[in-house]
Amino acid sequence: MIAYIIRRLLGFIPVLFGVALFTFVMVRAIPGGPFDTVGDRELPPAVVANIEAKYHLDWPVWKQFASYLVGDDILGEEGISKGLIRGDFGISTQYRGQPVSELLATSFPVSAQLGLMALLLAILIGIPAGTIAALKQNTWADYTATFFAVFFLSVPNLVLAPLLIWIFALKLGWLPVATWGAKPPFLLGFLPKPADLNVDFFMRAAMPVFALGTASAAGIARLTRGSLLQVIREDYIRTARAKGLKERTIIVIHALKNSLIPVVTIIGPQFAILVTGTFVVEQIFGINGMGKHFVQSIGNRDYPILMAVTLIYSFILITANLVVDIAYAVLDPRIRYD
Amino acid sequence: MAVAELSPQEGAPEVRRERSLFEESLVRLFKNRVAVGSMIFIALLVIVAIFPQLVTNADPIRQDLLQTNAVPEWMLPIMPENAENYAKFSSEYVLGADNLGRDLWARTIYGARVSLAVAFVASAVSLIVGTVYGSISGYLGGKVDNVMMRIVDFLYGFPFLIVVILLQAYFKALARRGSGDVGGIGGTVVRLNNQMGGMLFLFIAIGLINWLALARIARGQVLSYKEKEFVEAARSIGASDTRIMFKHLLPNIMGPLIVAETLAIPGYIFTEAFLSFIGLGVNPPTPSWGIMISEAVQGLRSYPNQIIVPAVMLSVTTLAFNFLGDGLRDAFDPRLKE
Repeated sequence: MIAYIIRRLLGFIPVLFGVALFTFVMVRAIPGGPFDTVGDRELPPAVVANIEAKYHLDWPVWKQFASYLVGDDILGEEGISKGLIRGDFGISTQYRGQPVSELLATSFPVSAQLGLMALLLAILIGIPAGTIAALKQNTWADYTATFFAVFFLSVPNLVLAPLLIWIFALKLGWLPVATWGAKPPFLLGFLPKPADLNVDFFMRAAMPVFALGTASAAGIARLTRGSLLQVIREDYIRTARAKGLKERTIIVIHALKNSLIPVVTIIGPQFAILVTGTFVVEQIFGINGMGKHFVQSIGNRDYPILMAVTLIYSFILITANLVVDIAYAVLDPRIRYD
Repeated sequence: MAVAELSPQEGAPEVRRERSLFEESLVRLFKNRVAVGSMIFIALLVIVAIFPQLVTNADPIRQDLLQTNAVPEWMLPIMPENAENYAKFSSEYVLGADNLGRDLWARTIYGARVSLAVAFVASAVSLIVGTVYGSISGYLGGKVDNVMMRIVDFLYGFPFLIVVILLQAYFKALARRGSGDVGGIGGTVVRLNNQMGGMLFLFIAIGLINWLALARIARGQVLSYKEKEFVEAARSIGASDTRIMFKHLLPNIMGPLIVAETLAIPGYIFTEAFLSFIGLGVNPPTPSWGIMISEAVQGLRSYPNQIIVPAVMLSVTTLAFNFLGDGLRDAFDPRLKE
């Protein structure tokens, strides 16, 4: 098992390298550069060339990539880049002079808090709802759960978020509309300070968490239902019944545990998507998270920020997939890795 | 000589034609009322999108600056309490007008074109690319299969949304730069895209992403069918590889592929809406539901009426595709439904 995990971790390197190379080349292929305009005013080409030279954008792409990966000193060039391998994400071009790591240290935790709460909501609603629907198959409980699942899968958060604001903030006035309750500095780099965890924090979080989490909850509920329906028809469940086990034990210990394998599969990618910030929800609720960097950095050709958010996203995604594979082995002892 | 007298009917072979598996599936599909309802809804929507003149005579891009943000009187109940103070109530348009004085009803109707075109064309792109790639990989097997599937695994590690945003940003910059002077195939494609309001590149960007999932399913299907007797029989009478692939394998593997593709359509529609929200969708003033929703979000506090119809249309359409996909899955794979 440990050898397996180490092998998988080593496998991260080519994937991350590929993602980095693709993004690096692709974003530079888009016409236009980071310094073409200041505000709405276009800069003279000579000025643009000068600034670009300072950021080494006049180098050939392979050399820029090498500088980004290993740093300028190893290449034997003058420059400030210490390279990704030494944890240097570079300096933002859109927020002049700010290191990317500082920008992410304030925005990533907000997205992570929002995403984790949304995922928690999704699991806490999705698994019980799917279980009840499967156990009460073809009853009103099943139909209700199935209907809501399809409904929430069909309403994008682009629609759900404004709808929630309109109902709960504007019409009823129950919840505050915008912004995130917790402010930096964060505990352990990503958790809200205890002082921030007040009623106001949860009031503010309620709508964005709901808008973000419902689609995942719906997906989880559907999968749990389908998978549990298959499992409870298996022979070993009949054996458990024949032994006279309590229904509760049969469902929780024997059926649910085995039916969770496909569910765990989708929780992995969901985790990466939710935690790295969903632009739409953050934008509509005015939350200062990481989602905006995914979108703005491409529009502004802010290459270092785009590289950083892409790599963080990919890293979380493949880590989540690894955790999923390990969880398989825990849930199903027949699965062995060696 | 007590030979039983056989009536001619009893001895004759039965005339009832055997129904093929495919026909059986269709029968099951048409028995599913929700799926049939969804099909009717989608068909109506397609008709309206092709012939919008059936339901509106208005021009979706004509601006009537005297009717800016006009609100029809019947929508008064959903407006904020002090709406009388700022809103212009007018019965000129059924659903009112947007912030540029364009007819919201006409825009909603014409907006269906984009969502449906994305639904059908992007899914055709990914279905064709995925099926061809996956079946070649599965059919040839061995080293080729290994390499081809490694590529798919590798691409799976890429953050889907970032790739779409990157591709779309690239295409948009290309279209802006090369609208006049580019010759050759590239120029023709760019001009065609501009004539389509920027839809062509949208199809390609969205369609090129989802083929990965389809390729995996197609490969799995081919692997399970290619050792079957009917393929062996075809080969023994000298059928070529191409013939076996297209005449014998393809019809058999299409079921699961079509189901997977239908269930992916809501995702395509969401992606279009998302790209419109971040300004990378179709070119203005081409109406799309995504653009209408993102424009309406900005004025949500004052004019909540503007978001409702496009939001409902978008959600109902994805709901219909979800129900249809579920219906197809139950029809083509009855084992899943008990």
